[in-house]
Amino acid sequence: MTAVPWPHALALAAILFAIGLGGVLARRNLLFVLMSIEIMLNAGGLALVAAGARWGQADGQVMLLFVLAAAAAEVAVGLALVLRIQRRERTLDADLLGAGESTLPAATRPAAGELRLAGGVERFSEGGARR
Amino acid sequence: MTVLFYLAALVAIAASLLVVTRANAVHALLYLVVSLLAAAVVFVTLGAPFAAALEVILYAGAIMVLFVFVLMMLDLRRAAIEREARWLSAGIWTGPAVLAVVLLGQLLWTLFATPAQRATGAAMRSITPEEVGTALFGPYLVGVELAGFLLLAALVGAFHIGRRERRQRT
Repeated sequence: MTAVPWPHALALAAILFAIGLGGVLARRNLLFVLMSIEIMLNAGGLALVAAGARWGQADGQVMLLFVLAAAAAEVAVGLALVLRIQRRERTLDADLLGAGESTLPAATRPAAGELRLAGGVERFSEGGARR
Repeated sequence: MTVLFYLAALVAIAASLLVVTRANAVHALLYLVVSLLAAAVVFVTLGAPFAAALEVILYAGAIMVLFVFVLMMLDLRRAAIEREARWLSAGIWTGPAVLAVVLLGQLLWTLFATPAQRATGAAMRSITPEEVGTALFGPYLVGVELAGFLLLAALVGAFHIGRRERRQRT
């Protein structure tokens, strides 16, 4: 029925995947990283459908359905995490989150981790002194 | 059909490029919807109408609506957009762009340089939703059930993560 050369469809999938990969690597806002991941997932689904069309089988579209289910699950959990991070840290900057910094002043930040770390260091030094 | 394919492919590529380069999250999200709809058109031209319907309903519909709701709860004032625009400098972009282009070149080279792939005389035929449904509830029944489990787990996980934290005593 159609005369679309299937390497071109796969090439389109590759181009979209590369665009999404560049977005994931370059953006710092977690929300944009999630959107870029959506582009990459969509490109993967496109490749599956193109392969299914090439061989005249329905399996490609079945796999696209599974990709969609995985994407929906990933988006639900990812967006819940984004909301949680935004609520706690008041930022979505991946660099700040990775560095352990926060835009909040230190006094208002939840300091449970720091306290636990300080206690661990103290205990460690005690053990060293005993030895 | 072929013209439709290339047109939709161009729209998809342009919209995806705009998604990863916009500073305003709402604009990027709308371009992402355009990209997904263009992908649905590509599915139709590839002879997969059921996949196209799924793409529009599930991806461009349900998942994007989820994004819109979360965007409405986030801080998207002018200061945030300006900060986002500052992050989009050329220095940040060169490294990732070079890596992505190199990978893309490799992919395209494997696609078009190998002679076995070039012989594509087989005519593509349209795959009806009936065939897809028969495959889904025949050999892929376990996969469908597992996808259901995955979605349930994601629902529970998202609820647990997104729950409001209890006030900590400080």
